[in-house]
Amino acid sequence: MKLSEVKNILNAQVVVGEEFLEREVHSACGSDLMSDVLAFVKDQALLLTGLVNGQVIRTAEMMDIKAVVFVRGKKPTDEVTALANEYSMVVMTTDAPLYAACGKLYCEGLVPKERLD
Amino acid sequence: MAENSVKLHYNVDASDFTVAGQASGAVKKVLKQLGFSADVIRRVAVAMYECEINMVIHADGGEIDVEITPEKIRMIHKDRGPGIKDIEKAMQEGYSTADEKVRELGFGAGMGLPNMKRYTDEMNISTELEKGTVVDMTVLVK
Repeated sequence: MKLSEVKNILNAQVVVGEEFLEREVHSACGSDLMSDVLAFVKDQALLLTGLVNGQVIRTAEMMDIKAVVFVRGKKPTDEVTALANEYSMVVMTTDAPLYAACGKLYCEGLVPKERLD
Repeated sequence: MAENSVKLHYNVDASDFTVAGQASGAVKKVLKQLGFSADVIRRVAVAMYECEINMVIHADGGEIDVEITPEKIRMIHKDRGPGIKDIEKAMQEGYSTADEKVRELGFGAGMGLPNMKRYTDEMNISTELEKGTVVDMTVLVK
């Protein structure tokens, strides 16, 4: 799924990385726990989180995650967006809560290959 | 020691949580420039990042030495923290001694040491209460 589709589905605002919306993501991870992201995330994933701090961006960078969506209308600080900019990352915000945001993307076809069912 | 090795040294400052991860980010960049595979780079970056976070939240910072050769990447993290009371427990997923403030930042869920073990080929911890801890990790280039 293209990030531009993610943006439309979540009715999200792009904070940084508008020029990278043609990027593809193959799976997504919804978590406020960065250590879980570091343990389990696969390639070309999108990170959705309600946690807003610089460590979210650093965690994403370590895992080669190129796009982060902040949920529940949370706005990143300038410091956070500057770091994302440095790593050429896309950052979006959506008013949807984490569960609903993940559910919408799943229903629209962002389903990882190794599904649980 | 191999002639073609790269040695890097970092000081980890514990006063500002927001900068935790700078050293791992820098090493990741160097490994990319040296042309290591994405898998090796990610394993080194994550193990080192978790360890760096630990040094900041538990140990008041410390020092990291990294040695890069074509065959392996070794990371030695030394801190002057309180030491680990029970290493066996600390290695269990979910066991944590971190406080609420650390958890609010997205860490302290008891996944740090297990993640380091998961991503490295060798990991040795030597720790002394009230003196500090040394975490020595190696990722082999296969």
